[in-house]
Amino acid sequence: MSAQQARTHAIDMSSVLRGKEESQHPNETCIKVENLNLFYGEKQALYDINMEMPKKKVTAYIGPSGCGKSTLLRCINRMNDLVDSAKIDGKILLDGENIYDKSVNVAALRRRVGMVFQKPNPFPKSIFENVAYGLRIQGVNDKRVLEETVEKALTGAALWDEMKDRLNDNALGISGGQQQRLVIARAIAIEPEVLLLDEPASALDPISTLKIEELINELKKQYTIVIVTHNMQQAARVSDYTAFMYMGELIEIGTTSELFTNPVKKQTEDYITGRYG
Amino acid sequence: MDNSILGQHISERFNQELEDIRNKVLMMGGLVERQIQLAVEAYTTGNMELAEQVIKQDNDVDALEVAIDMECTQILALRQPTAFDLRLLIAVIKIIHEIERVGDKAERIAEMAIKLAGIGSKIPHHELEHMADLVKVMLHDALDAFARMTLANVPDITLMDEKVDREYDNILRQLITRMMEDPRNITRTLDVLWTIRALERIGDHACYICEHLVYMINGEDVRHLSHEELEKRVNVVR
Repeated sequence: MSAQQARTHAIDMSSVLRGKEESQHPNETCIKVENLNLFYGEKQALYDINMEMPKKKVTAYIGPSGCGKSTLLRCINRMNDLVDSAKIDGKILLDGENIYDKSVNVAALRRRVGMVFQKPNPFPKSIFENVAYGLRIQGVNDKRVLEETVEKALTGAALWDEMKDRLNDNALGISGGQQQRLVIARAIAIEPEVLLLDEPASALDPISTLKIEELINELKKQYTIVIVTHNMQQAARVSDYTAFMYMGELIEIGTTSELFTNPVKKQTEDYITGRYG
Repeated sequence: MDNSILGQHISERFNQELEDIRNKVLMMGGLVERQIQLAVEAYTTGNMELAEQVIKQDNDVDALEVAIDMECTQILALRQPTAFDLRLLIAVIKIIHEIERVGDKAERIAEMAIKLAGIGSKIPHHELEHMADLVKVMLHDALDAFARMTLANVPDITLMDEKVDREYDNILRQLITRMMEDPRNITRTLDVLWTIRALERIGDHACYICEHLVYMINGEDVRHLSHEELEKRVNVVR
């Protein structure tokens, strides 16, 4: 570059100054909750929830115990259908389609929306069979397809290198952190669109927790993720959007960076800063 | 918002840690206000003892800056604060830097007082005293706003800075004329120039403190904005 060019060369600061969020593609809504109310018998657990969760982003639900965050999460793959006393009104749209519509096949919905729970729950089978389980119940028995899928899912769950030589070992014999990643591998083996994580790291040690968080960061490239966590620092680390719930109501939802530095509602501020609400 | 927000955490110890930081910042501010007071007095009266005292006191200001920085770092690491608490600590780290710089300016004025007293300067200083009065009020009000955690006086403080800048330009013109009239005055006049420059910068630091306060209380970064724009943002009630 000549001296003249150097003098006139303007640095394009826009890419440097642009936030991480803005630098990516505009957000497309994956899940939209509309006027959702949920009752357990007489008791109302969710009050008129309205929110949108963008595609291929991580949305975290935070709030005190009993605020309805797990209940809301379970609504997204209709797990609350299994609770006799639960009554739901309102809509949840997955890619524009109401999952509570009568025509929806719940089993097919749960294939699209995978779920991982607080406590790892591998089946008492081999590591290979755990991951292949979803495909087997769909009737896939081709050995080559199963092997490819298991490898892909274990790689996706950052577990392949650790497990490739022990695929026939019993899944109950591996560590808690590995079991949780195995369960995630089982969930992604059937290639869902959405992954629901209900306190996925609360029973794990700090290193396993970091591995799960790192995994979430990788998984969001392919899946829309919704996570419930009691650990606010975890929500701050892993999520793009955070929703604060309190006593069955959605108080505030926003980008995680904004919600943790400058929340709009006083209730949110009091909760995340540990003040008496 | 008022300063009771510091004491509302469930953790009493956290309340105490934040209160302790707040008290130390105010103590540091008080020390620096006194430094300016003594430095200007030393300058106008030629009292070398006062000037020496100002220079010595700067060590206390520096030590407080280091101590507060350390406490903020520990809270950030151990408590992972969020929202207002996070903004408070970030603002404190920046505010104490401004206060420390004000202390340096007072020290500079004290050094000039010693130098000019040594050569028997006869430059009149009532305009300089007026400028000093203005910046003292600015700094005091900025620290008061921090103590009360309110932005009510912030627009007045930044407006006062424009007045200080005008005073600075007036004195500067007079000093230039003096230097042109008799080149033998140049060295001595330059020393006066450094002094009014130090005062003008103290006004700037008071404004910077206000900007950090706006971030702390409203969560908005108002650095590098005009006075009018800043006033508009400050008036956005959250």
